[in-house]
Amino acid sequence: MTTRADARRARASTLGRPPLVLVVPGGIAAALLVLPLVSLVLDTPWGGFLDQLRTQAVRDALRITALASAVTVVACLLLGTPLAWLLARVDFRGRALLRAAVAVPLVLPPVVAGVALVSALGRNGLLGSVLRDTTGVTLPYTTTAVVIAHTFVSMPFYVLSVEGALRASGERYDVVAATLGADRWTTFRRVTLPLAMPGVLAGSVLAWARSLGEFGATITFAGNYPGTTQTMPSLIYQTLQADPEVARTLSMILLVASVAILAALRNRWLTAP
Amino acid sequence: MADGAVSTASTAGLTAHILVPDRLDAHLVAAPGEVMAVIGPNGAGKTTLLRALAGLVPMAGSLTVAGRSWTDPPVLVRDRNVGLVFQDQSLFPHLSALDNVAFGLRARGVPRAGAEATARSWLARFGIAELAARRPRELSGGQAQRVAIARALAPDPALLLLDEPFGGLDVGVATTLRVELARHLASYAGIALLVTHDALDALTLADRVLVLDEGRVAQTGSPQEVAARPRTDHVARLVGLNVIREDDVFRSFSPSAVTVSLGQPEGSARHRWRGTVVSAAPHGDAVRILVAADRELIADVTPAATAELGLVPGREVWLSVKETAVRTYARAPG
Repeated sequence: MTTRADARRARASTLGRPPLVLVVPGGIAAALLVLPLVSLVLDTPWGGFLDQLRTQAVRDALRITALASAVTVVACLLLGTPLAWLLARVDFRGRALLRAAVAVPLVLPPVVAGVALVSALGRNGLLGSVLRDTTGVTLPYTTTAVVIAHTFVSMPFYVLSVEGALRASGERYDVVAATLGADRWTTFRRVTLPLAMPGVLAGSVLAWARSLGEFGATITFAGNYPGTTQTMPSLIYQTLQADPEVARTLSMILLVASVAILAALRNRWLTAP
Repeated sequence: MADGAVSTASTAGLTAHILVPDRLDAHLVAAPGEVMAVIGPNGAGKTTLLRALAGLVPMAGSLTVAGRSWTDPPVLVRDRNVGLVFQDQSLFPHLSALDNVAFGLRARGVPRAGAEATARSWLARFGIAELAARRPRELSGGQAQRVAIARALAPDPALLLLDEPFGGLDVGVATTLRVELARHLASYAGIALLVTHDALDALTLADRVLVLDEGRVAQTGSPQEVAARPRTDHVARLVGLNVIREDDVFRSFSPSAVTVSLGQPEGSARHRWRGTVVSAAPHGDAVRILVAADRELIADVTPAATAELGLVPGREVWLSVKETAVRTYARAPG
């Protein structure tokens, strides 16, 4: 560490001071990113912190958010891992197209994702109407809808992370396993997946983080009903008008969770080269 | 080769015509227990041959091992009973040495306890029982290659394929491992194919040598035959002989039989060449010089003569060899 700091000082002394034309805009950008978070921490009414967590609405929202994000991660593991494997290992027609389609929700505005979900699974949606006519079940405005919305927006993070890990570890060890008599399922279980585990963990954390903050798609597709579809972000949005203090407390909880995620991923992405 | 060996091979051994378009067209026959060295220059198709036998490269032609066809109908890699040893070992990085060796047995349905016991005994045979719990990154190159060979042998393959197993190892380690491998191959009942760049491997480990050149079999025979009567420049270079092809015969002679002079040699020497020294390097007690004439030739001269004649790269020299030092043999195999 000392040597790296020394090297930096030595470089500064040989190359001169950083120019103001870079320092000033860089400083403004940093302030823009840091100040709102600092204000949130300072504004949080720490005195009533625990009391505010005891209301029914908050407890429901916490429960739904925790449930939705947990189910989302499980859905990613069970469904997203096979999809990532197919994209990385099986040469089928339309693979490039499918990979592009999988990435779309990454850049899609969440509200648009919600509208898309309504048109597919809504009461009169493409699949939703069939579901309603055959079983009488409708998805919108249920906790299931929350989970579906969360999975929809989170899955791409997981799939792309795992697919990247599968590609990086390559097919070499799959070939070795085949020469040792292993079928593809055995190879997947004992070789491919263990070697891709860093990608699986990173993808799970990313998916979980995305689910935790999900707001737009959820409120569009599942609504904002306390006790069934109201998640933490929805509750924050709602309380900000009536009771800003509670909104800040709830935001603080999500901030702490986000920072915890960042700390978990620190070694992966935040280590300077 | 005796006819008996061929007929044995065709029922219990290996009979193959490996056809990979533009890369390989090779017939080979091997008897059970036989160790065949595959040698040839880079790009001759050695690795392609191994990969085709393992099923990793699509091939036409035919392949029968131990009385069962692997090509008609095609047999998947995992169902061919092969053991493949890669030059870079390719040990599973997330598994211990023991789990690596047990992998093939587990994959073929042997229960864990039995597979581990067998794997332990294989590690013991290679003298590395105490390394069972180590991960590949905690092993030296020689240790890792022992694990890789044990992993390939543990499921008792019908065909053991070794792709330059000593490549990338220190000379001392390679020498030790070569002796160990010879011992294991002696007690191995299946067919072993060993791709190598090293004449020593072929001479010490193999019962038979298969010389590949440009995707075709240029020569097969016992190591002694191939070394004494090489039919390709590559093998001649490997065993340190000069070989000249003339119409329907080969003529070979040792580099120590070559006389080097600055002026045109007088006397009766029938074989003489004018050329330029390309390189000079110590070779045992002598200096081996490579001369580019109308073909490349090697000559061994004393260090004193090297200095006296000024044999540095670029020097124009004459080479000659007496007829009595030249061995002549028919070009067609047989």
